[in-house]
Amino acid sequence: MTTHYLVLSALLFVIGGVGVLVRRNAIVVFMCVELMLNACNLAFVTFARQNGNLDGQIIAFFVMIVAAAEVVIGLAIIVTIFRTRRSASVDDVNLLKY
Amino acid sequence: MEPAKIIEHSGGVIGVSWLLIALPLLGAAVLLLGGRRTDRFGHLLGVATAVASFVVGVLVFVQLLGFDPAERRLAVPLYDFIPGLTKMGLLIDPLSISFVLLITGVGSLIHIYSIGYMAHDPNRRRFFAYLNLFVAAMLLLVLADNYVGLYVGWEGVGLASYLLIGFWQHKPAAATAAKKAFIVNRVGDFGLAIGIFTIFTAFNSVSFAGVMASEAHPSQGTLTAIGLLLLLGACGKSAQLPLQSWLLDAMEGPTPVSALIHAATMVTAGVYLVTRSGAMFFPEGSTAAIAVTIVGVATLLAGAIIGTAKDDIKKALAGSTMSQIGYMMLAAGIGPAGYAFAIAHLITHGFFKADMFLGAGSVMHAMNDEVNMRKYGGLRKVMPITFATFLVGYLAIIGFPLLSGYFTKDGIIESVMEHSATLGWLAVLGAGITGFYMSRLVFMTFFGQKRWEADAHPHESPAVMTWPLIILSVGSIFLGAFLILGNRFMTFLAPAVGRPEELPSFHPFSVAGLATLALVAAGAAFAWVKYGKAEVPVVAPRGSFLTTFARRDLYGDALNEALFMRPGQWLTRLAVFFDNRGIDGLVNGLAAGIGGTSGRLRRVQTGFVRSYALSIFVGAAILVGAWFVVGNL
Amino acid sequence: MHYWLSTLIGVPVLGALGVAAVKNELRAKQATLAVSLLVLVLTVVMAVQFSPNGDKFQFTEKYSWVPSFGIHFGLGVDGIALVLILLSAVLVPIVVLASWHEAEAGKRSVRMYFALLLVLEAMMIGVFAATDVFLFYVFFEAMLIPMYFMIGSYGGAQRSYAAVKFLLYSLFGGLLMLVAVIALYSIADKGSFMFTDLVGSVQDVGTQKWLFLGFFIAFAIKAPLWPFHTWLPDAAAQAPAGAAVLLVGVLDKVGTYGMLRFCLELFPDAAHYFTPLVLVLSVVGIVYGAIVAIGQTDMKRLIAYTSISHFGFITMGVFAISVNAGSGATLYMVNHGFSTGALFLIAGFLIHRRGSQYISDYGGVQKVAPILAGTFLVAGLSGLALPGLSSFVSEFMVLIGSYETHAVYAIIATSGVVLAAIYILWMYQRTMNGPTAESVRDIKDLNGREKWVVAPLIAVIIALGFFPKPLLDVINPAVTDSISQVQHVKQESVAQEGQ
Repeated sequence: MTTHYLVLSALLFVIGGVGVLVRRNAIVVFMCVELMLNACNLAFVTFARQNGNLDGQIIAFFVMIVAAAEVVIGLAIIVTIFRTRRSASVDDVNLLKY
Repeated sequence: MEPAKIIEHSGGVIGVSWLLIALPLLGAAVLLLGGRRTDRFGHLLGVATAVASFVVGVLVFVQLLGFDPAERRLAVPLYDFIPGLTKMGLLIDPLSISFVLLITGVGSLIHIYSIGYMAHDPNRRRFFAYLNLFVAAMLLLVLADNYVGLYVGWEGVGLASYLLIGFWQHKPAAATAAKKAFIVNRVGDFGLAIGIFTIFTAFNSVSFAGVMASEAHPSQGTLTAIGLLLLLGACGKSAQLPLQSWLLDAMEGPTPVSALIHAATMVTAGVYLVTRSGAMFFPEGSTAAIAVTIVGVATLLAGAIIGTAKDDIKKALAGSTMSQIGYMMLAAGIGPAGYAFAIAHLITHGFFKADMFLGAGSVMHAMNDEVNMRKYGGLRKVMPITFATFLVGYLAIIGFPLLSGYFTKDGIIESVMEHSATLGWLAVLGAGITGFYMSRLVFMTFFGQKRWEADAHPHESPAVMTWPLIILSVGSIFLGAFLILGNRFMTFLAPAVGRPEELPSFHPFSVAGLATLALVAAGAAFAWVKYGKAEVPVVAPRGSFLTTFARRDLYGDALNEALFMRPGQWLTRLAVFFDNRGIDGLVNGLAAGIGGTSGRLRRVQTGFVRSYALSIFVGAAILVGAWFVVGNL
Repeated sequence: MHYWLSTLIGVPVLGALGVAAVKNELRAKQATLAVSLLVLVLTVVMAVQFSPNGDKFQFTEKYSWVPSFGIHFGLGVDGIALVLILLSAVLVPIVVLASWHEAEAGKRSVRMYFALLLVLEAMMIGVFAATDVFLFYVFFEAMLIPMYFMIGSYGGAQRSYAAVKFLLYSLFGGLLMLVAVIALYSIADKGSFMFTDLVGSVQDVGTQKWLFLGFFIAFAIKAPLWPFHTWLPDAAAQAPAGAAVLLVGVLDKVGTYGMLRFCLELFPDAAHYFTPLVLVLSVVGIVYGAIVAIGQTDMKRLIAYTSISHFGFITMGVFAISVNAGSGATLYMVNHGFSTGALFLIAGFLIHRRGSQYISDYGGVQKVAPILAGTFLVAGLSGLALPGLSSFVSEFMVLIGSYETHAVYAIIATSGVVLAAIYILWMYQRTMNGPTAESVRDIKDLNGREKWVVAPLIAVIIALGFFPKPLLDVINPAVTDSISQVQHVKQESVAQEGQ
């Protein structure tokens, strides 16, 4: 019965993963990461339901809180980079290399 | 008769016989450490310590004579040198005391002579310091009661010889000659050192007394090996074939040095070593003893041949020294019958050769340090004392009847003749060549036309130089008869080295003796025809192949160069190259390899976030894949 | 309870802190000299109280350091360690005096140089005095740090390269040793790192061999034994002369000391098994080092290569397993420190005057600086083991002892005496003899300070050459004890072959 939820979760995760790998716009990449996190949340909740205990639900809350914190810091960084470099493409921020 | 037992004794002058060594050593130390402050009296102090040492030597000798002949081997313990290996002590016996008197006696005369000879040298003090150092080391060599002590003295005289040959070290030739002498001697020392190791391993002792009294009976092979190794050492120090090449170059040193070290004393150390070890490692007829006689006879001929062709007066004398030491070795090789003659010849040779070297020095002193005999000639008139004393030395060395060399060399030839006729006749032949080259030397120097350089104003040397010459020539006249007649020396030496059961008797008109005289006379006559009567060309003629052969020291240097020096240089270059490129190259290559790999790997950090994400993704995929594979196993 | 050894380590450490704090350079130098002299006096006073035939380790101290692993701050000396500590204590004040103007051209401050010297002295004394294997390891590695900075900050043109090479080489060996130390601890299972607890605790021969190798490679790099030697010429040539003296004179001795103390006593079976290998390496080192030395064009590198040859003699003596050879090797460690130290220092004085290390830039120095040349000759002659100078006694003992047990190796090694004559005298001839080179015409002879540096070294070299007994009396019992285990193994194996 829970199979559909898990398939949906996997699909969302894959969409997010591909997005992280192929998109250049930092905002989109960021949203894809959020998508992957929420795919995980969905899987956690599904398993919690399936196994009849609340551990998965609790972890989903933790993930949401972490994701919220991440959004705050991540968006702030992206905005700062955009201000200084006039670009939101992740390929343009490659100064930190060998 | 076997050598006597060694007994410990430390009474009287013998108890303080260490003074013999300490006095000249002290002189050397004061002069070297005192620096220029001692310049004013340096030469006097040098002479004083040498003479003082001679006086002590005489006192020790007198006390030794007071003992019964069978008890004249006294060990004087000094101190524990290397615990567990050897103590240091002195051995006073007829053999060592003979050397002591020769070294300090002739040494003192040469010290005195040097005052005049080195008068104008700014470093005269240093010269005397080195001479004193030499005397001390040489005395240690002959007085030590063990092989390690002997070795210390042995290398000590090598050092003194190095310092003195290279005394005028601003001259590259002198510096090179000094280095060569030291290195060639070290080759000999290599043999001596291993010989001592073998002695210690075989007998568990390195003292003469310990080896003699040892219960151990090593195999014949070991004994022969020890003998041959000691002989190698002796060859180095005594300039015997095949280690003779350094002696001729050593003439770069000041002439008193050539007289003291390279004629009278140090170069005879090999004979001392063979004689001292004779009873133990060179028993009559053993392989080692035969090797000694072969080396001796080969060198006595080689030295004589070299002597015939040299125009440099000192080098001619050096060839003669080689040759005469060859006689001593030959005699020492035939066992107790020869020891006394070997040492007697060594002593008389010390006198007449020192006499001639100092005479040559006197001539050079007069001729602005010219050594080429072709530029001498007719000097007998301007240098009468030098001439007279030189003449005595000359007559002594060629064996003119009743002079020193006549008795001692004849003794050697006679005793060798009894041992082996072949060796005996070769020795006679050598005596004939001696007659030729020594006559040549005298005729070219003192007779004939003046062939001097334009600025030469020869004059007789000062008294401080001529008196030593006179004393030495007196010794050259009488010493031989004193030692040999009535077997005086053989009897005296017997407690130290043994003697044949039957004492030899002196035959003035034996076949060998007459043959020797005839050959010597022929050689001298030939020299008179070629160099006395005839005009001597100032520039050396090209000469035959044989002359070139002799002039080039029988190609000894060429041989050394081809066999050792050039391959050595190649080896050195190869080794340096291998070290830099091979070993160090490997080490640096390893470091560079690691560095290079990291340099390449670092390129993976591109700075593109998406490529990092891809690598994370691939990594995760591999992990999951691996988990599936492993999980399904 | 004595506090001798911890005092000897503590005084220079405190001194170093003090020197680093002093602002005035001259005061700092004087303070360093005073501290090092104080250490020397203390060491001599301690050494006099040592009884050669008493306990194996004397002046012992033991404090628990890391109780959970049984690591102790354990100190104590036997005859071998004592003479090496004496060597360090004598050399340091001499080096301080010799380095008086050495550090001025350095990258860091002069005060720092002298502080580092004192730290190094503490480490050197500590490494010889440690009776806890772990503590030994700590000192063994800690020693590298001051030396690294002395080479890297005050050395010649190639100093960084040399310093890094030195450090990496030593660290590599040190890590192998660390593995072996820990393995030894866990295999022995005594709950203690104390040397005396660990002796005889590993019986299995196969295990011994691995542990032996771990220790041995570290010591072979340190010593250095052929073919691990190439760091030494670089380090010694680039280091300031004073540091080079301590590097070659003392630091490298830790390697040979370690072989004698740890490799032989902890792993007698393995030592017996590896003896032929070590002897081959030693003999190769003797001959090879000498030949390469002959071909050098740089004075300091030449001296470094002569040391490689000498270290071959020392390791041969250690592994020849005879009392004469072992005592000779130990005495050689001391004598080599003095004679090579003197050579390095005098060469350093000469190089300081002319500003070049290349032999070809010199010639005829004897004429303008006779005292410098004379002392250089004495030091050189000691290097070629001339009788009457200290190295002779030790070299002779090593050779005679090795000849007793391994005649062939000893004979090949003896050829080193001929080669030694070549490299020393040829260098002397090229630098000191001949016509005076234009560039050295104006150089000055040794000044007062330099004479005070050289005089004690020459005096010691001559004194020990004629009278080595005081040192040998201390060394002999300790060496006899050190090699007794291996001798025992050897006799057993001979007996087994006989059956």
